[in-house]
Amino acid sequence: MTAAGPLIEARDLSVHLPGAETMTPVIDKVDFTVGEGRTTGLIGESGSGKTMIASAVIGLLPEAATVSGELRLRDEELLTAGEKRRRNLRGHEIAMIFQDPLSALNPAQRIGRQVGEILRRDGLPRGEVDRAVVGLLDQAGIPDPERRMRAYPHQFSGGMRQRAMIALALAGSPSLVLADEPTTALDVTVQARILRLLASIQAARGMSMLLVSHDLRVMSHVSHDLVVLYAGRVCERGPTKRVLGRPRHPYTKALLASVPAVREASVPADPLPGAPANPMARPSGCAFHPRCPLARERCKVEVPLAREIEPGRFSACHFAEEVTP
Amino acid sequence: MTGLVIRRLAVGMFVLWGAVTLMFALLRMAPGDPATLMLGPDATSAEVDALRTELGLDRGVFAQYLTYLGQIARLDFGDSYRFNLPAMDVVLDRLQATVELTVTATVIAAVAGLTLGMLAGYRPNGRLDRTVSGLTILLQGMPTFWVGIMLVLLFSATLHLLPSSSVGTPQHMIMPAVTLSLPFTAIVARIARTSVVDSMQEPYVQTAYSKGLSRFQVLTGHVLRNSLTPVVTIIGLQMGALLGGAVIVENVFAWPGLGSLIVESVANRDYSVVQAAVLLIAAVVVVLNLLADLSYSLLDPRIRTGGNR
Ligand SMILES: Nc1ncnc2c1ncn2[C@@H]1O[C@H](COP(=O)(O)OP(=O)(O)O)[C@@H](O)[C@H]1O
Ligand code: SF4
Ligand SMILES: [Mg+2]
Repeated sequence: MTAAGPLIEARDLSVHLPGAETMTPVIDKVDFTVGEGRTTGLIGESGSGKTMIASAVIGLLPEAATVSGELRLRDEELLTAGEKRRRNLRGHEIAMIFQDPLSALNPAQRIGRQVGEILRRDGLPRGEVDRAVVGLLDQAGIPDPERRMRAYPHQFSGGMRQRAMIALALAGSPSLVLADEPTTALDVTVQARILRLLASIQAARGMSMLLVSHDLRVMSHVSHDLVVLYAGRVCERGPTKRVLGRPRHPYTKALLASVPAVREASVPADPLPGAPANPMARPSGCAFHPRCPLARERCKVEVPLAREIEPGRFSACHFAEEVTP
Repeated sequence: MTGLVIRRLAVGMFVLWGAVTLMFALLRMAPGDPATLMLGPDATSAEVDALRTELGLDRGVFAQYLTYLGQIARLDFGDSYRFNLPAMDVVLDRLQATVELTVTATVIAAVAGLTLGMLAGYRPNGRLDRTVSGLTILLQGMPTFWVGIMLVLLFSATLHLLPSSSVGTPQHMIMPAVTLSLPFTAIVARIARTSVVDSMQEPYVQTAYSKGLSRFQVLTGHVLRNSLTPVVTIIGLQMGALLGGAVIVENVFAWPGLGSLIVESVANRDYSVVQAAVLLIAAVVVVLNLLADLSYSLLDPRIRTGGNR
């Protein structure tokens, strides 16, 4: 960890959803941190629970879900905080950028109104709200913000919509921004630009970011720390460079192998065999064992607990030491 | 947009022609003959024949139909046998009372229906939702004439609170308008509820919550506006059906509008008046439906401002 303590610290964070018979832990005892002024990347295949974790952090889980464990913002426990307190934190301390910027913006309201809503509700006079909105849109890289703030979302391109969404998230000057696959719905050509924008805003504002993605290349560019998720559990976590430089979990290694080298952007070199496990029906023991080349008997019966392999690096593999570079 | 209006008007003209033709055929098929009815039981058959010739009733039905279409095209709707006045004058004279009744009923249905629908959609399957849902089923299941009679029995005959019939004061309006609005209220409430529940699932609602808004603020600030389109459309479409309900309600409460005029005129075989009234109602329905279509584009900036970027 860096000198500054974590802004967000999750310990044994679980989210249960109603399953066929009982409440099922889609998120199962997850630990992670988001450092002050740092970006934590949350990576995992589709359905591994990334959105669920982000929703738990901002407190917008589906109504049927129950959450347990610990989730601290600085020194404040969020899971036991009242709904009013959580609502006040939303937008002001913790903001969220959603995957699909078209459906995440209200089609019936002008961009400026949506971006400035939080400031207006905070009681800022109209003129100041407008000035702030222009500044936010400008910071998000939207040209001619005075005019564009009067447009409706459908009049924007995909990239511009996501920029508007970023401006919207920044409006309350949050300490933490949750970005849930912010580029997945966008053209490939725009993706890199939006990511660079997010990274530069994060650095310039000194804020923290939880960046959710299934794309390892995205992570390697933007996130300082990495949390690798599989079927609602953390496989391994630590500083991004060290995790990707020398994976300590067979799943991370397999993920890395499946990403084509950045230079030859072609088909995955070594696609991960087998289908991802469903967190609602997790295999016994280590959820990864049906796909794991190192798996043996112990993996089928005993759930591996996270161990600190080296300072700041955790792996939840019984045989982490055997994972070759 | 202009293309849409033109297309809808063309369809509307076709609908009007259909309504006129159907009404013409039905009236001629009905037993009874205006000349006999007008002259009374004592008239001789020679007198009746003379009147029939005068009224053009001795000619073939198809010839009468063609003559009639020609007259309509010149906006000549014939004369009322009963009042010796142009039929359309008789109809327009009664139109105002019907418009007052249906507009009042529509306002009641829109306000009450939207309120009920939002209350129900606020927490789907909550206690309020189940209550409203039961209420709407009840409202839609009760026949209008029965509701009217029950209201009269309760508020006029028993409680002596409201006048049972005719016009004059706002109190006269209450029972007919409420009776007429009840099934309409139920429809608006159901559509509004569905629309609110659907809109609450939209991703932009998550965005609104992520700004720290409360459920109520999300509902009023974001969901309401986006739920309105189907509600306005159903109001426009159902106003036509409301005119049908008005015929019944007007007769229950002796409300001197188009509805009671049509019933009187059918009883007296006053063909021209019935045809003029039906034509007018059909025209109103066509215009209302057109407005309902256009309301889409007025409510939705994606259509109003045109094009996807
Ligand atoms: N609203 C919901 N109700 C029930 N199950 C859900 C809901 N949302 C997600 N899930 C389940 O929870 C798991 C995690 O989903 P999610 O967090 O959306 O994954 P990711 O964002 O990594 O793709 C999935 O297996 C999915 O089936
Ligand atoms: S615990 Fe076993 S199955 Fe799981 S990743 Fe490690 S070796 Fe593979
Ligand atoms: Mg997701």
